[in-house]
Amino acid sequence: MAVEWRDEAIVLAGRPHGETSLLVSVLSRTHGRHMGLVRGGVGKAARGLWQPGNRLHVTWKARLADHLGTLSGEMADALAARVLGHGDRLAVLAAICAVAEAALPEREAFADLFEDTAALLALTADPEAPALADLTAAYVRWEMGVLADLGFGLDLTACAATGATEGLVYVSPRTGRAVSAAPGAPWHDRLLPLPAFLVAGEASPGVSAEVARAGLRLTGHFLDRHVFVATRSAGAPPARARLTARLEARGDIG
Amino acid sequence: MTGPEIDRLMTLLGRLPGLGPRSARRVALHLIQKRDAAMLPLIAALSDVAERVRPCGVCGNFDTRDPCAVCADPRRDDSALCVVEDVADLWAMERAGAFSGRYHVLGGVLSALEGVGPEDLAIPALEARCAGGAVREVVLALGATVDGQTTAHVIADRLAEVAPGLTVSSLGQGVPVGGELDFLDDGTIGAALRARRPV
Repeated sequence: MAVEWRDEAIVLAGRPHGETSLLVSVLSRTHGRHMGLVRGGVGKAARGLWQPGNRLHVTWKARLADHLGTLSGEMADALAARVLGHGDRLAVLAAICAVAEAALPEREAFADLFEDTAALLALTADPEAPALADLTAAYVRWEMGVLADLGFGLDLTACAATGATEGLVYVSPRTGRAVSAAPGAPWHDRLLPLPAFLVAGEASPGVSAEVARAGLRLTGHFLDRHVFVATRSAGAPPARARLTARLEARGDIG
Repeated sequence: MTGPEIDRLMTLLGRLPGLGPRSARRVALHLIQKRDAAMLPLIAALSDVAERVRPCGVCGNFDTRDPCAVCADPRRDDSALCVVEDVADLWAMERAGAFSGRYHVLGGVLSALEGVGPEDLAIPALEARCAGGAVREVVLALGATVDGQTTAHVIADRLAEVAPGLTVSSLGQGVPVGGELDFLDDGTIGAALRARRPV
């Protein structure tokens, strides 16, 4: 019996399949990351629709539930077109889509993550979007959510050694738990710096490029260790490395 | 029904872009029936192209000479360089007749899924051409896609390092000639509105 569902979805990636079709991966609200064949997806009319970052109303159909199936869609928000001319925002959008595509298992729903991804993409495409460092800070918080949803959440609420909730400045690269300054001092070169914008309750306006880079290093360490080693990708996606490089080239201007 | 030679011809034709098994059969039959008018001239043309056409060592265009006719043309503007994804785009630009400078074919765009990085494209060669000082403007004529524009921004960043005074521009986006707003997608309408100009 044929299977069909409709859902809201964010396009993560697409690659040509044959001469006229696209093999597309989307992050849908209730069906998780899902693939499907888009017939005629490389055609002039459909090419703009299936760009990474776009938010669509999609319909997935297949003869059996475990088949690849076909996807069709209607545009809900043409996000990609709004960031194409902005290098910084495009780098963030590409990193979001590439990391979600590489990290998330197929056909497993993460409703909160869908909302978080949609909100971060909307912020990225906003004409009043913050500077790259602040946008990267938001991106790092999103990666923290990805780690948490995949079962590798970091515990940044209290010091692993003393239980103190103040003065948390490090993260253990092994356990992912926060460490405060004094107990962490002897091992400061082996601990990961904890950016202040990740500590619960602290707001993060005007994050510096250096602090944003520390955030990327922190989540990158745990994504590499727990997620990218276990997936089909050989490591962090190049789009994430390009975002890091862009931030490094920016120095501390933010 | 057919011999192995004709089967092989149909198989090879069927692998060409735009042709499937059915159209390959039609083409094969047409070639066989029009031996003198279609098949022999086609064989001669294919053989000629296979023997003589090579990628241009300067821009990546295909031609029988190296440098190609575009690179060797002394009337073209050496100070303007148009960067395109592949040779088909170079030919499209030439058909439009709107650009009188030189070209540089990248050979693709950055793609995480396909595993294409900057070193897989002709970006180092582009940097070398721009570092010489003769080029004053680079026009990035890449697709209005996430991959195409990511490539454009990566190139712009790298050119800013190797040739700091260089002007780097990209093609505008908006309503195509003959296009009607009602049939345009939301992204194109938005891009056209952002790129509006006084009349």
